[in-house]
Amino acid sequence: MNFDELVGNFPALTITGLEQGAIYALVALGYTLVYGVLRLINFAHSEVFMVGTFTALWTWEALGYNQNSPSPAFGPLLLALLAGLAVAAIASAATAVTVELVAYRPLRRRNAPPLAFLITAIGASFVLAESFGIGTARAPFGMPTLIKSETVFTVFGAGVTNVQLLILGVTLVMMVGLDQFVNRSRLGRGIRAVAQDADTAALMGVNKNRVILLVFVLGGIMAGVAALLWNVRYGYTKFNIGFLIGLKAFAAAVLGGIGNLRGALLGGLLLGVAENYAAGLFGGDWKDFTGFVLLVVLLMFRPTGLLGESLGRARA
Amino acid sequence: MRQKLARVLSGVAISALVFGGAAACKADSGSEGGGSSAACDLKLGFFGPLTGDAAGLGIHMRNGTKLAIDQYNKENADCKVNLEEYDSQGDPAKAAPLAQKAASDTKVVGIVGPAFSGESEVADPIFNQVSLPIITPSATRPSLSTKGWKIFHRGVGNDTSQGPAAGRYIKNVMKAQKVYVVDDQSAYGAGLVDEVKKIIGTVAGEDKVQVKQTNFSAVVTKIVGSGADVLFFGGYYTEAGLLLKQLKGAGWKGTMVAGDGVNDANFISVAGQQVAEGTILTCPCAPATAAKGTFVTDYKAAFENAEPGTYADVSYDITKIFLEGIKSGKASREDLLAFVKAYNKAGGATGVTYKFEGTGELDPAQVLVWAFKVNAGKVVPDIEIPKA
Repeated sequence: MNFDELVGNFPALTITGLEQGAIYALVALGYTLVYGVLRLINFAHSEVFMVGTFTALWTWEALGYNQNSPSPAFGPLLLALLAGLAVAAIASAATAVTVELVAYRPLRRRNAPPLAFLITAIGASFVLAESFGIGTARAPFGMPTLIKSETVFTVFGAGVTNVQLLILGVTLVMMVGLDQFVNRSRLGRGIRAVAQDADTAALMGVNKNRVILLVFVLGGIMAGVAALLWNVRYGYTKFNIGFLIGLKAFAAAVLGGIGNLRGALLGGLLLGVAENYAAGLFGGDWKDFTGFVLLVVLLMFRPTGLLGESLGRARA
Repeated sequence: MRQKLARVLSGVAISALVFGGAAACKADSGSEGGGSSAACDLKLGFFGPLTGDAAGLGIHMRNGTKLAIDQYNKENADCKVNLEEYDSQGDPAKAAPLAQKAASDTKVVGIVGPAFSGESEVADPIFNQVSLPIITPSATRPSLSTKGWKIFHRGVGNDTSQGPAAGRYIKNVMKAQKVYVVDDQSAYGAGLVDEVKKIIGTVAGEDKVQVKQTNFSAVVTKIVGSGADVLFFGGYYTEAGLLLKQLKGAGWKGTMVAGDGVNDANFISVAGQQVAEGTILTCPCAPATAAKGTFVTDYKAAFENAEPGTYADVSYDITKIFLEGIKSGKASREDLLAFVKAYNKAGGATGVTYKFEGTGELDPAQVLVWAFKVNAGKVVPDIEIPKA
């Protein structure tokens, strides 16, 4: 145990932990939304994220950037970011919808048991990851450093960079936007209605299948945004990049209370920070260990997560 | 139905046996007739990553092997040796079934590889059971030669030569003040870091990362906070590239030093040119681009003008050891093993005299370690690191 390392770098570990946690949170939203409505853990969601990282990279390559390009000026940068964002969000949403239409909907139509959904989800995840693995020769891909990381201000001696502010800012905007959408809009009311009681919602004239599709689209968009932020910050992707992030994001969703949007944010940030503290205290080899021990211990005391499972009940 | 299928299958199996046997007989009679002439249609295996994270390292070795075999087949068109590729993806978990496959294919009489230390731990015992001789061009974990595997040979120095040399380079050539060490907890990476620490003495700090880890923010914070001017990384190029990219992104100004697992062009494609610039990479080998004879021109001609990468020349030379054995009529695994054990000749590309000790280690007098530097997006030779 190395308390000096933890105490000395506490502010820096907190900031980088929050930044990683923000990406977990955005991916966690996809798990939470689908679980809230379908009571299904969509394991293919990690691959929805992976598709986002690749399509954003390809967009940048089409715009003439490679991993050795210098950081562009503000105008082209904004274009590259927005184009990457749009393509990643659309591609991720399309992947999520495809999985729903090809894999889950036929099962629902036949009233398949929950176990069938689970194994289908895992299968869909493998098919997506492996097809990208074969298509890209399982090679790692570096990316251009579009935004040169610069310290904007310091908190307790730890520099906060422009990229970190971007990640946290975008995550908060997406979170608030999604929360408001689900709680205030007409379509959002439909989502909450189906989450609470699908049959009654159907009797009230809510089109269940359309709501489910919407949930997959929303989760896909969030994963696409997370993928773009990932590319900007870490600048690297590979066919199996989704596996670990997906697992962490799923853990974050459970930690905050799966089915609960605000829980996903809280769980994501908490997991990101806790992992970093653990890496500081025990060394990097204990990072994943501590994250999951935290999850297990927390679930012992709060089996439904920090904020409870409540997509439907939150503000019904 | 099932019975019918079984009958068809057994029919196929029997006919395969008959034809296979006929072919074998033919080959045998050929070799008897020619006295000392070589057995035909034997196979040499290449065992290493051809896809996956570390494929960049494996492909050069496979190319070196392939070049040697292609040249042999051109000269011996009537009696060819075939290359059998075993793509382990560098993953010890995938090594066992592949090794079994090679062991049970009796046509395979020698293996170039396994390329990495982790997969060697899994595959070598399997080869040992069937006396299938191996010469690894690149697995540098020292303990591999102490397991009592009679089939094991190492065509390069091990980490007890590479690690201390890297340490001496950091200490004497770079004159580093504060050195931080990080390893990826692999058999290879952790071993290398241990050896470096022995030379350097007190380090500014140390940490471990995981293979496949992508977010290095915690270790980056620690390295920047420690004020280290040199980072030694024990591991492979994907993690090295990502770690260095995130370090430089956090404003770190120091230099990374890493071993042969990072000594590959893919390191630069993961990290990006600006980030990788100036990184020092060691290797218990001489620069393949400065190999002797016609190796470099032959390699470029055979593989679309690609520069030979790390260990391509070593792989070429050790493949030729096997080929020489086959040519002189050593058609069985046991005979070829004895041939390799007694070998004592200089390789055409490396100039290293391949003479193995009883443990399978290369004669220590033949081991040399070079430092390379990333310069303008290419890995170029720097200096041969002086022996202590």
